[in-house]
Amino acid sequence: MVSASSTTGGELWEVFVRPRRGLAHVHVGSIHASDAAMALRNARDVYTRRQEGVSLWVVPAAEVRASSPDEQDSFFDPAADKAYRHPTFYEVPDALHL
Amino acid sequence: MRSTCEAVATEAEYAVALADDALVASQRLVEWVARAPQIEEDVAIGNIALDLLGQARLLYQYAGSLTDPPRTEDDLAYFRDERAFRNVCLVERENGDFAVTMVRLLVLAAYQRELYDRLARSVDPTLAAIAAKAVKEVAYHRDHARQWVLRLGDGTPESHRRTQTALEAEWPWVSELFDGGWLAPALVERGVAVAPASLEEPVLAFLREVLDEATLAEPDPRPAVTAGREGRHTEALGHLLTELQHLARSHPGASW
Amino acid sequence: MSTFEELIAANERVEPRDDMPDAYRATLVRQIAQHAHSEIIGMQPEGNWLTRAPSLRRKAILLAKVQDEAGHGLYLYAAAETLGVSREELLDALHAGRQKYSSIFNYPTLSWADIGAIGWLVDGAAIVNQVPLCRCSYGPYARAMVRVCKEESFHQRQGFELLHTLSHGTEAQHAMAQDAVDRWWWPSLMMFGPPDDASTHSAQSMEWGIKRFSNDTLRQRFVDMTVPQAEALGLTLPDPDLRWDEEAETWRHGEIDFTELFEVVKGNGPCNAQRLGHRVQAHEDGAWVREAAAAYARKQAEKGRAVA
Repeated sequence: MVSASSTTGGELWEVFVRPRRGLAHVHVGSIHASDAAMALRNARDVYTRRQEGVSLWVVPAAEVRASSPDEQDSFFDPAADKAYRHPTFYEVPDALHL
Repeated sequence: MRSTCEAVATEAEYAVALADDALVASQRLVEWVARAPQIEEDVAIGNIALDLLGQARLLYQYAGSLTDPPRTEDDLAYFRDERAFRNVCLVERENGDFAVTMVRLLVLAAYQRELYDRLARSVDPTLAAIAAKAVKEVAYHRDHARQWVLRLGDGTPESHRRTQTALEAEWPWVSELFDGGWLAPALVERGVAVAPASLEEPVLAFLREVLDEATLAEPDPRPAVTAGREGRHTEALGHLLTELQHLARSHPGASW
Repeated sequence: MSTFEELIAANERVEPRDDMPDAYRATLVRQIAQHAHSEIIGMQPEGNWLTRAPSLRRKAILLAKVQDEAGHGLYLYAAAETLGVSREELLDALHAGRQKYSSIFNYPTLSWADIGAIGWLVDGAAIVNQVPLCRCSYGPYARAMVRVCKEESFHQRQGFELLHTLSHGTEAQHAMAQDAVDRWWWPSLMMFGPPDDASTHSAQSMEWGIKRFSNDTLRQRFVDMTVPQAEALGLTLPDPDLRWDEEAETWRHGEIDFTELFEVVKGNGPCNAQRLGHRVQAHEDGAWVREAAAAYARKQAEKGRAVA
């Protein structure tokens, strides 16, 4: 029996590229592949044709757990009133270069 | 038997022979573009064909710079006839199915990997530099072909059958890669060229490992009577060159 | 007001898991899929000259370009898949003729100069269409378009350079270039779609921030950009009514005969059956390969479980 995914060349994988040393991997899109080895190679060919990267991650799309937009308010708004987490909250004499 | 081409005795002729392999292999791979089993593979095959084309261009440019009068890469690619091409017959024959293409690429890339790895230490600094760049490319090609041959060999009964069939069809054309009869011994002795026979063991060892893992059986040795390096080709090359060369030849002297 | 409407009103991006009206989702799926299909089918007319490119340099450029088109198709399929459709469904719809691709690719490439004309005119028109899509309201589509536009600029420039070389080459080469421009000019203008007063989807797409400018506005932008380039190429555009409007500071083109476009859209173009047939054949011929890869992956996974 043939799985549905094989008709287009495998499962969906999310692709992350590290553009250069010192930077984090950034999500760039997705590709299809039957397994991780092919996913890495497909990601290399599709997303780094112009030296866009020095390192790649591929992650099965089905394995990504995402926060829900419905929970956006309860997840992210509580951080909004905590100005004291930011350095600009504090007044110190300019001359001290703190 | 009288061969068409004299034995290769110069750096230029040697570079042309290696370039012909790369150009003809690239031309065959290009035929897959927009026909690959999945779109990701269109991109992958395009990358490999571009690498090979780039190798051919560097080698032709170098060869052309050594002759008097100098010749351009296009003089060498477009204005030589079939009998002057020195590529191995492995790369020129018509594309079969995807299994044939991947088995052939596996053999070619395994050969080029060992060849360029040694050529990178050639006493000829230009050949050494071209090889040092190319060896990274063909290492990727070899891995790409290996990944596919594993999947096709150990995939479904149909893919196994097709891949075993492809292997039987390609295997007779493998031994030509290791035949050094076309190469003047002095070129090897001077440390310019790599002795083809020295590549046989590492290439076959690699191929056997892949075939074994892919559950494929190594065919019995049954070398084809062939001498592509000496300009005696299969009928397929003439048609390939007809297509490759016709436009350039229809407008002699034109630039593009 | 719903979150979706607030986002659109604030010119913010809509992201995959946000609530969105069904019609917005459907419009995006249709448009992104059509765009992706166009990239994939668009490989064929140019691929037609890959084995015959007249110099190794041109062969490498064309190969890189056709390969980019496959890449662009994949970026776009990936964007469409964030909307909850699979690539499989999209390809099925293409193969069954339920989704369209750009009609421009239903014209044949009859000479090498067509490669130049496609780069200069067809990619030129595509860029004018696509640049505003980089600010499209749907995040994944906009991001894919940023990537596509960055890569496409080489496509148009190589086309211009190719035609310039031909136009200033031998008499036969010049004639080849002129013939190609004669055949591709009007179809390129039609790439912007029907005139604004006859365009069915435009108003809603503008409201949703999927489309930023009307068909006629973009078409005019393309004409104004292209006419001086034709002059620089030493080639004429096949429009006897083309004239400079001093007052409006714009080029006025002659009337576009859309009956042809509608015929091609209906399936009666010179290459409709060929392009789709080629695509379906490639997909069917590759089925056993994809099945093999899936079977291998299953076996490997089972082996992994057995070891664990």
